[in-house]
Formats: sequence, C-alpha cells, structure tokens
Amino acid sequence: MAEYVIKAEKLTKKFGDFIAANAITFEVEKGEVFGFLGANGAGKTTAMRMLCGLSKPTSGKATIAGFDIYRQTEQIKKNIGYMSQKFSLYEDLTVLENIRFFGGIYGLDNQQLKSKTGQLLHELGLEQEAKKLVSEIPLGWKQKLSFSVAVLHSPAIVFLDEPTGGVDPVTRRQFWDMIYDAAHRGVTVFVTTHYMDEAEYCNRISIMVDGKIEALDTPSGLKERFNAPSIDEVFYQLARGAKRVE
Amino acid sequence: MRTLKFLLQKEFRQILRNSMIRLAIFVMPVVQLIIIPLAADYEVKNINLAVTDHDHSAYSQQLVSKITASGYFRLTSYNNSFKEAFKAIENDKADLILEIPRGFEKDLIRENEQKLFVAVNAINGTKAGLGGAYLGEIIKDYNNDIRLKLVVPESFNPFPVIDITSSNWFNAEMNYYFFMVPGILAILVTMVGGFMSALNIVKEKEAGTIEQINVTPIKKHHFILGKLIPFWVLGNIIFSIGLIVARVVYGIVPVGSLPVLYACISMYLLAILGFGLLISTFCETQQQAMLIMFFFMMIFILMGGLYTPIESMPGWAQVIAQFNPAGYLIEVIRMVVLKGSGFRDITPHLVKLGIFAIVLNGWAVFNYKKTS
Repeated sequence: MAEYVIKAEKLTKKFGDFIAANAITFEVEKGEVFGFLGANGAGKTTAMRMLCGLSKPTSGKATIAGFDIYRQTEQIKKNIGYMSQKFSLYEDLTVLENIRFFGGIYGLDNQQLKSKTGQLLHELGLEQEAKKLVSEIPLGWKQKLSFSVAVLHSPAIVFLDEPTGGVDPVTRRQFWDMIYDAAHRGVTVFVTTHYMDEAEYCNRISIMVDGKIEALDTPSGLKERFNAPSIDEVFYQLARGAKRVE
Repeated sequence: MRTLKFLLQKEFRQILRNSMIRLAIFVMPVVQLIIIPLAADYEVKNINLAVTDHDHSAYSQQLVSKITASGYFRLTSYNNSFKEAFKAIENDKADLILEIPRGFEKDLIRENEQKLFVAVNAINGTKAGLGGAYLGEIIKDYNNDIRLKLVVPESFNPFPVIDITSSNWFNAEMNYYFFMVPGILAILVTMVGGFMSALNIVKEKEAGTIEQINVTPIKKHHFILGKLIPFWVLGNIIFSIGLIVARVVYGIVPVGSLPVLYACISMYLLAILGFGLLISTFCETQQQAMLIMFFFMMIFILMGGLYTPIESMPGWAQVIAQFNPAGYLIEVIRMVVLKGSGFRDITPHLVKLGIFAIVLNGWAVFNYKKTS
C-alpha cells in the first residue's frame, strides 16, 4: 500500500467567473518526483499555490503530509519547501545570510545551521561566493541556491514552480541531479515545467489543460496511450485543444 | 523569539546596506531641520509699501521714516497720487498703500485730529493682515510721540487710556524657532517613519520575497514585529539627532525631562509605524503605497497644529484632527520642550497614542494575509 503525501480531491479555485483550477483530483506518493505540466495559464501555479497553503481553494478537499489545506496551513508550511517561479531569495543579502535567515525561521538550531550551511555551500561549490550578495551571482547558481534553501529544513515535500526557467542546459542537468538526490533522501518532489525532456525524468506526470487534469500517468504509460513517440507529442495533442489563450 | 532574532537581523542588514535609506535617515532630517525653520517662519518682513504723500510736510516725512525704520517695510514707491500707488499694487510692486492727506501736519496741530488711509492688497491674506496690523501699530506709536510733544503735560489726563502690557510665558522672547523646531522635528520623524514602514512590506511584495516568507511557518505577529522594531529604533535615532541639531543650531534645550520626551516619541513611533505597515498590507506596489501615504501625510501635517492651531479650525475639522496622531506628538513635544511638562501632564496624550498604536498594529497583523 503506497503512502500518499499529497491527496487532492476535486480541488477548485475560482477568481470571479474564471475557473483557474477545475475539480482537480490526484495523489502523489512519498518519494515520488511528480511532474505537473500544462501550457501557460492552464492553472498549474494556482493549483500549486493552493497545495502550499498560499491560496485558499474555493471548493474541494486536499491534504498535504496528512494536514488539511483549509485548517492546518501553518502545519503544512512546516513540512514543505517552496521555490517560486520568480526568484525569491533576498538579493540584498549575501548567499550565507540568505541560508542562515531561511534556516533560522524554519527553526534550525545553531548547530544545525552551521553544519547544513557548510554542507550546502560545499555541494553547490559556492564557498568562494558565500559572502557575495545574491544579486551578484549568475541565475543558474541562484536557482540552485533557491532549491537548496527550499529543502534546507528537510521538508516532506518540496514544490518547485518552473525551477529551471531561463537556465542553461548544463545547469538544468545539475539541477535535476539535485532533485534526484532529494528524492532519494525521501523528499517528495512536485515540479512544474515547460521542458518536455524534464518531464521524462519524472516518475509520473499530469498534464493540465484549461484548469483540468487531462492526463496522469508515467511518462511511458502516456506515450503508449496517446501513441506518441515523446511526451512533447503527448503534450501537443492535449494542449492543442486548449481554449484559453494568454 | 528566535524567529524574531533572525527577522531583525535580516531587516537591519537590508536597511543599513541601502545607501539611499542611510541618507534618508541620517542626513536628510538634519538638512531639513537646518533649512526649514530658518526659511519658513511666521514673521512677515519685507512688506512692500507705497506711500502717497499729499502733504510733503516735516510730519509726514517723520511718519514715513518711522515706518521704514521699523525694518518690516520696504518703501517701493513714494508719489503724489493715489492712482500711481494703486498701479504699484496692480503690478505687484506694493502690498500696502499709505495715503497721507493734504494738510496732515496743519490739521494735526490745529485740530488735534487727522485721518490716514491704509489700503491693503489682500491676495496674500497673512501678509496683508500682519502688514496692516504692523502699520497700525507704528502709526499709533507715532501718534503717542506727537501727543507728548504737543499736549502740555497737565495735572490730569483728559483721555483715560488702558495700556496693556503682556508678558510671554514659556517662550519669553517669542523666539520663533523655539516654537517651530520641535514641531518640524515631529513632522520629520512622522515622514521618515511613515514612508519607510509603508514601503517596506510592499517592496517584498514587488520582489516576490513575501511569497517565500508566506510559505514558511513564520507567525504573522513575528513578521510585523520584525518590520516594526527596526524602524522604531531608527525613528528614535532620528529624533535624537534632531534634538542635537536643535541644541547646537538653535540653542533649544528642552525644559522638560528627556525620559518624558522619549516616552512620547516611542509611543508615537509605534502608532505611526503601525499606520505605515497597515497601508502596506493594503497595497500591491510601492507606487500605490507612496500615493496613499502622501494623501495621509498632507492631512497629518497640515491638520496637526504645526502651522495653524487646531483650536481655530472649524468644528468638523477638529473632530478629524482628533484622529491625527501627529497632532498629539506636535503638541506634546512643544509642551515638554517649552513648558517642561511632566509625565502627569502628558498622560492623556500617551494613552491616546497608545490606543492608536494598538489599533493600527493589530489591524496590520490582522490584515496581513499569509493565505490569500
């Protein structure tokens, strides 16, 4: 029996008449790398924000790490990490200061802060840059730093919203290595992306079209079902029918 | 507590690292405190006077020279016809016309009575009103001088006169700076504190960093306190710098005690910073926050009793002024600095400021939503 860390049932978010997420239902297992695909405006970010406790659903049910997303948002926040589309570390703080700050507010003690910071800087190869302002380091490094900060407190689930946008292929590859490392440590990874090659790295993927989940399976399962050579093709077949245009 | 420590560390670093903010905190208030009181004061000087003299007598000469010697007036035109003088007003060359009638000296001696005509350009009401009053005062003085010369001292005075002697308490020399500098200092603290706190959270919204904060288990009141405390400390520093400037530049030494002064500025800062934070929870961009804050700042400053006494405002305006925290600060600072009021005298003000602080900060915490 699989252990589900994310359970969503008919989760819906309306903004006035606009239904951003329409009765989405899915489950994510512990330790899974779950890809969340969809065209721009399909409702991926809305769905993710609801799961993170940043946005209240209009209707539907969901639990994250066993906590209810209506009533227990603060418990959820203790158990998740989040990396938004927009780079959101403090540009006017140094690399080291950012790590210490986020570690600190997640409640790491001095001992943990010290060891985790050292380990993180070492893994990222950022020891030389530790005292530089974040605004001075390249985007690729910033993204990797963001991810490391998001998993610093060893959350049960980490939500990544288009984490590799605008990043070069080499860095993207390194980024996915980091994702796999985290998954091996038992962290469930929930990731949205536009890169179809990245979708192939996921254990399972869902494809959202116009606020609904139109397909959910393993990458190979989807390719078989849609009789397509690649996820790219699957996505194209589904997204072509989309009515929402940005 | 530990969370708060990390928040404070972060805020102080960000604030002190920003050179514009350092400038706004440490340099701008000093410059303003030096410039504004020296430049903008109530005393009306350099009033342009046009004199139409139909008499050309020794007496009329005396009167005119007495007026110009007062230092308040500048004789810009001296002529024979009222028409010409009126033209000077029309061309904005004169604010006041003094018309001396023909036979001024003769009638004054013979009939012991004479009439002068003063016309005032009332476009600038303050200047006109005060100018007219000064002129009247000088003429009255002149009148007394002549009377002493003309009227042979008698054993009794035929005109009973009530002479009023006034003495100015708390600011004996009517030193304008004593009145103005503490008020302007209050405004500076209000401006710097209000704007910086209003812009701060909104800046995080614009940068997107607030999302990263909202997804952490941080407590709302910790977050607000983390924003409030740094600006509270900085506000106190600005105030202290201001007190030093007031002492060094204007020689103003508070009559009252410093603890009383700091008690009221501390309480006030909590209120005004809470107001700024509240505004920032409503706004999405720094531009919005700036515009809204500006709207309130104008009201706070112009209705705070700095320039015009609250007591002379219409009833409805006095009701509005009751809700202006800056008004209480201006009043209390003046009370303590000039009059030496103690804790007992300012308790009502402190209580009201305390209510402002609790309501505004409570509202800001309530209105700051981690989940939208």
